[in-house]
Amino acid sequence: MSRYRIPGMGRVDPAKPVSFTFDGKPYTGLRGDTVASALLSHGVHLMGRSFKYHRPRGPVTAGSEEPNALIGTSRGPGRFEPNTRATVQELREGLQAESQNKFPSLKFDIGAVNDRAYMLFSAGFYYKTFMWPRSFWDKVYEPFIRAAAGLGKSPTEVDPDTYAHRNLHTDVLVVGGGAAGIQAALVAAKSGARVVLVDENPEMGGSLLSDPAVRIDGRGSWAWLAEQLSQLRAAGVTLMTRTTAIGYYHQNFVGLVERVTDHLDQPPSGAPRERMWHVRAGQVILAQGALEKPLVFDGNDRPGVMLAGAAQTYLNRYGVKVGDNAAVVTSHDSAWYAAFDLVDAGARVSAIADTRDHVRTDLVDAARKRGIEVLTSHTATATYGRLRVKAVRVNPVRHGQVGAGRKIACDVLLISGGWTPSLHLFSHTKGSLSWDAESRTFLPNHKTEACQIAGAGRGLWGYGPALEDGARAGLAAVEALGRTSEPLAARVEGDRPGTGAIQTELPTDRSAGKAKAFVDYQNDVTAKDIRLAVREGMRSIEHVKRYTTNGMATDQGKMSNINGLMIAADALGKEPPQVGLTTFRPPYTPTSFGAFAGYHKGATFELTRKTPIDPWAEANGAVFEPVSLWRRAWYFPKGTEDMHAAVARECRATRASAGMFDASTLGKIEVAGPDATEFMNRMYTNPWTKLAPGRCRYGLLLGEDGFIRDDGVIGRLSQDLFHVTTTTGGAARVLNMMEDYLQTEWPDLNVWLTSTTEQWATVAVNGPNARKVIAPLVEGLDLSDETFPHMSVAECTVAGLPARLFRISFTGELGFEINVPSRHGLALWKAIHQAGQPYDICPYGTETMHVLRAEKGYIIVGQDTDGTVTPQDAGLDWAVGKAKKDFVGKRSLQRPDIVAPNRKQLVGLLTEDGTKLEEGAQIVLDPNQTLPMTMAGHVTSSYDSTALGRPIAMAVITGGHGRMGETVHIPMPNGTVKATITSTNFYDPEGERLKA
Amino acid sequence: MLLIHCPYCDETLPEAEFAYAGEAHISRPADPMALSDEEWRDFLFIRTNARGPHYERWRHIHGCGRFFNALRDTVSDRFLTTYKAGEERPAEAKLEAAE
Repeated sequence: MSRYRIPGMGRVDPAKPVSFTFDGKPYTGLRGDTVASALLSHGVHLMGRSFKYHRPRGPVTAGSEEPNALIGTSRGPGRFEPNTRATVQELREGLQAESQNKFPSLKFDIGAVNDRAYMLFSAGFYYKTFMWPRSFWDKVYEPFIRAAAGLGKSPTEVDPDTYAHRNLHTDVLVVGGGAAGIQAALVAAKSGARVVLVDENPEMGGSLLSDPAVRIDGRGSWAWLAEQLSQLRAAGVTLMTRTTAIGYYHQNFVGLVERVTDHLDQPPSGAPRERMWHVRAGQVILAQGALEKPLVFDGNDRPGVMLAGAAQTYLNRYGVKVGDNAAVVTSHDSAWYAAFDLVDAGARVSAIADTRDHVRTDLVDAARKRGIEVLTSHTATATYGRLRVKAVRVNPVRHGQVGAGRKIACDVLLISGGWTPSLHLFSHTKGSLSWDAESRTFLPNHKTEACQIAGAGRGLWGYGPALEDGARAGLAAVEALGRTSEPLAARVEGDRPGTGAIQTELPTDRSAGKAKAFVDYQNDVTAKDIRLAVREGMRSIEHVKRYTTNGMATDQGKMSNINGLMIAADALGKEPPQVGLTTFRPPYTPTSFGAFAGYHKGATFELTRKTPIDPWAEANGAVFEPVSLWRRAWYFPKGTEDMHAAVARECRATRASAGMFDASTLGKIEVAGPDATEFMNRMYTNPWTKLAPGRCRYGLLLGEDGFIRDDGVIGRLSQDLFHVTTTTGGAARVLNMMEDYLQTEWPDLNVWLTSTTEQWATVAVNGPNARKVIAPLVEGLDLSDETFPHMSVAECTVAGLPARLFRISFTGELGFEINVPSRHGLALWKAIHQAGQPYDICPYGTETMHVLRAEKGYIIVGQDTDGTVTPQDAGLDWAVGKAKKDFVGKRSLQRPDIVAPNRKQLVGLLTEDGTKLEEGAQIVLDPNQTLPMTMAGHVTSSYDSTALGRPIAMAVITGGHGRMGETVHIPMPNGTVKATITSTNFYDPEGERLKA
Repeated sequence: MLLIHCPYCDETLPEAEFAYAGEAHISRPADPMALSDEEWRDFLFIRTNARGPHYERWRHIHGCGRFFNALRDTVSDRFLTTYKAGEERPAEAKLEAAE
């Protein structure tokens, strides 16, 4: 039995020892321990170093609000987790825990020099210290901040665990399995409603687990608890332990995270480590209880200084005495009861110093009976001891005057500044708070969601009121759902209700400016910092928070917000409600990335769309690139070819004979119906009325603002049927835009829109021999130039497959695009590949497609345009039907800023020295102008062109169309590159090859 | 995650099925070319930017595909009502009173 374990106390199992290590040293705890309770049973309080000053720290709490005792835990490779709260992590066999923020060791830490230089690190020290000189930022300040910042070590390996996501629908969700929550769930379940009760702890019971002496309905509280839980199970209530409600969102949507395996010695194979539940509840009952506040005085952070309620929990729930010789400093009755429990368990409590002038006589009598010295009207002004508290200095306060100090020896100092209702989840819903002047605390007020708040969470203290209020809340919840249930009464004996006084930092006879009186332990914010922030002009509590970082640590201000507010309000000379509380944000406690990511990782992070031809590309060595959600063949390297060589070969082969390309990802929309032509006339810039069935046209789509949104070739298959193609990335957007106009602006048009992107597989065949390649495969169509000229479309049979055959070209060569139903895509591809062998047909990827189209000056929407490019800017004026009365975006083409001169216009660029330009490079007209230079535009596309034997580029340049032949300059890191402005049509400008 | 009532499906469904589509009751002018530059600018760019109840469009994009209108409070994020495209805008005072 370890030194501080008390046999017969607590809910741990003395027959089941559990071994673990802390900083490499082996320890033994008991089943049911947390890491903190197990270490405390060995007298170990020092568990970490603080964030900013590297001060030695131990646990101040016994729960999830713990700011200090943060540890790293690991379970083999990839399973390291930093910043785990030692007060939450259950002991498991072989657990390896390590302390944080220390070098070289926890007991001797070099970073603690910060503690002595604390004047440098006062509120706003980042803003003040790192301001100047400017040149110091990159090399001195930022590396320093990066090295010093951060809590714990980030894991470096991929997390091998899985994390599950589940949905849960319920009538009533009860958050918090303490006295109030249990009663609420029971009353609600008796109505026949589906009820879920969740609690973040390993077992239900809340503070009852720390209070075995209280009697309810004639039984000890633990026996009563066991009986209630069996009743809940019998009533069909879903009980979820180790499950934290992390956030409360609109319409009673609550996020829960269930810790599934962290407490297990051997996780079952395949079990998720954590499970996130998305709960939608008819009614939510918040029964989260209250959190104890520390008192703020010099040295209130030393290891061994602990909240009185935490000491009570370690004693009663874990059977661990936190010290041999305690002293107490408090402003609330509850700490007195904690002291009594410690004495009754065999520890010594030398004194209770209470800040109040008057304390209930029954408490004073009970203390004296136990040999505890009672010191009312006292303040605490210092603690002593380096790695563990050795003594506390207390002083009497008379009429606001702090008297002479006196040292009281102790090995543990229990503190309590009273209790704060846990308002976090309620605040997530933007529920408003009201200031209760009597208890000097904020309470839930106006609700925005269908919820009830029960028990200590709304300021009720003691088990009697909590049980009664829980039953009331349960009834109110089911009645709101149109159900009925019965009230539930409980008789409580030995209840220990209490009251207290709310404090700012405690008065001292020493220099307040030198006191390290901590408000926020985790971010090392002191009372002095908060007063300094107010002195330096922060008036809003939100500004005080950000300037000091009070409440911004991973505990989200659970312990510090109210103390911080009280001090700020005092410094501002205002009442706390006039200063207000900062916003509590989800998650309630730190939550793993894994829980949020769930199944969305690795191959299932996002879906990968593949064309029917993708397996062939993969088998033939394609290198792929992602294009929106598609993976597309980028190029097909042969042997040792790099990308440059492969693309050059693919380009040459296509222009010399024939190339084939998987164009299946092109967006496709069928526009059908009697009013299809009218619809197309209104949507696209081009005129469609006179386009004969069997013919195609390049279509340009603008936004109502006149800027290019999309483009693609559109074939007319019959009077009332258009086969529209869109860019690969634009398909969904274009369909949405068409639907929008059709449904809401022109519902009178008789038109149907159908996405057919995935219904068709598309193979493009390009090159002088393209016709010869496909002709033997085509039935029912004469492919000659006379009957099937450039920009034709027909339905026919290709390789025995039903097809829509387009004669179009995105390369400038004779070209065909063959669409067959997707399930035949691979067969078509193989047939064409086979038929093309006599012509050395070359499969090419998206990179070659880009080069070939750029050689012809064909734009890629989204690459050569950026949402501010008009048809005129892009040189596509010819595609605008001037005679049409209206189309989407037409009016905007006359907007003053669009007809203004010197808009950026799309042009070609040829560098003088043959340098290939960088896409995105900025262009200037005069390289000798003073800095900062005026940017005239930027490079949008740039490639090595095999056909031209030199690099080519496209760019948007101010007034570019009027600058043909002019020289521009592209400043690059290795010197300025000169380039000449040209047409974008670099290759075969007459278009002879298309007509072959 | 909001729950949104689709007036066409007559079902209340998760927000993930829907897409926001801008302010409602802004009709495309019948003859845009007849508008002055200022009138056209107002149609294109000028929006209410309401703090509070806001008439807006949503699309049940992963459901029936229909565009519909909604009155949503931009402060509380609460939907006061949803209704079919083309229907008269409901009076917000009445809906807020019903809250």
